[in-house]
Amino acid sequence: MTQTETLAHEPRTFEQLIAAGERIEPRDAMPDAYRATLIRQIAQHAHSEIIGMQPEGDWLTRAPSLRRKAVLLAKVQDEAGHGLYLYCAAETLGADRADLTANLIEGRQKYSSIFNYPTLSYADVGVIGWLVDGAAICNQVPLCRSSYGPYGRAMIRVCKEESFHQRQGYELLVTMMAGTREQQEMVQDAVNRWWWPALMMFGPPDTDSPNTAQSMAWGIKRHTNDELRQRFVDMSVPQAHALGVTLPDPDLCWDERRGSHDFGQPDWSELARVIKGDGPCNAERLARRRAAHENGAWVREAATAFAARQRQAVVA
Amino acid sequence: MSQTQESWPLYEVFVRARRGLNHVHVGSIHAADDEMALRHARDVFTRRNEGVSIWAVRSDLIAASSPGEKDAFFAPSGDKVYRHPTFYQIPDTVPHM
Repeated sequence: MTQTETLAHEPRTFEQLIAAGERIEPRDAMPDAYRATLIRQIAQHAHSEIIGMQPEGDWLTRAPSLRRKAVLLAKVQDEAGHGLYLYCAAETLGADRADLTANLIEGRQKYSSIFNYPTLSYADVGVIGWLVDGAAICNQVPLCRSSYGPYGRAMIRVCKEESFHQRQGYELLVTMMAGTREQQEMVQDAVNRWWWPALMMFGPPDTDSPNTAQSMAWGIKRHTNDELRQRFVDMSVPQAHALGVTLPDPDLCWDERRGSHDFGQPDWSELARVIKGDGPCNAERLARRRAAHENGAWVREAATAFAARQRQAVVA
Repeated sequence: MSQTQESWPLYEVFVRARRGLNHVHVGSIHAADDEMALRHARDVFTRRNEGVSIWAVRSDLIAASSPGEKDAFFAPSGDKVYRHPTFYQIPDTVPHM
């Protein structure tokens, strides 16, 4: 038996575990700020999955074929599942599920700004899968190694399923690009509208992201916003080329010296506006989530009453 | 919202991926009763044939060791190196051991 195995039974401090690159688990001691930061980040992530059902859900009844409808339904159902994996990870930190729902509906916690943009045509479903889920994958793959065990494990499940999301979107676009001139223009139009909001998904530039250093020290975040944004651009350019669409950025070009693409900056004031609540669909998204919650109240009450009656029947 | 409604209890979910494997913890869900817990667990954790069997257990019924206990709960196994096969010196010439 080795020395380390013997020592493994001595309780280690939070700082020792983080320094050793080990995971923090729910009942471990942890700094209050670490717990609060994680709850905020995981809740925001969960809310994004839940609100993220809406833009594509709008097209469920108008899918062009039964195949596309089944695929989209499965995708939207996955988003609900992802939200639930993440809510349960937040609950291991002491957050209460009902409070999390209330925090979303009453605007006390945020969700990703990307879901405040409208889906104007079926090409948007494809572009969301390709670019929005592609950006999400860039963000989420490193989170599989998050220092907080339950978050990392939830992200592993999410990432496995996101791959289906991205591929179904890209395949949809390939199909449309092989179609009529009008269909090709729909794809290009959707790319034009979603490209910049997709770049904003990585958050503000590093120079304007004050919490990044602490989150990286804690192992909650593994790469900076700008690193991930660069990775996403470098991945997307050849995919756009293969698809036959143009990314709407005149500054986009290959930089031989860096071995990466140079690209323009999104309109950061737009991101600030959308986060503040002033995006095209913020009010609609929240109103719909609230209505779904309120309209489901009788179901929750009925199930609770049924369970109580079953328990009484067992006792009697 | 949370004030007016009795919240559903939390269940921990364990899934057996295939015959021959143990059930493994995969996460948790809320449900009003045991049957709903199994249905929710199926919908949330086995959308892609991830399991052939599910256990759902009320979280508040699980007895768990505490990681922070000063007198380490696992100490009894810490100093018993003779429980491991590598503790014993066997001549290299002895086969099959």
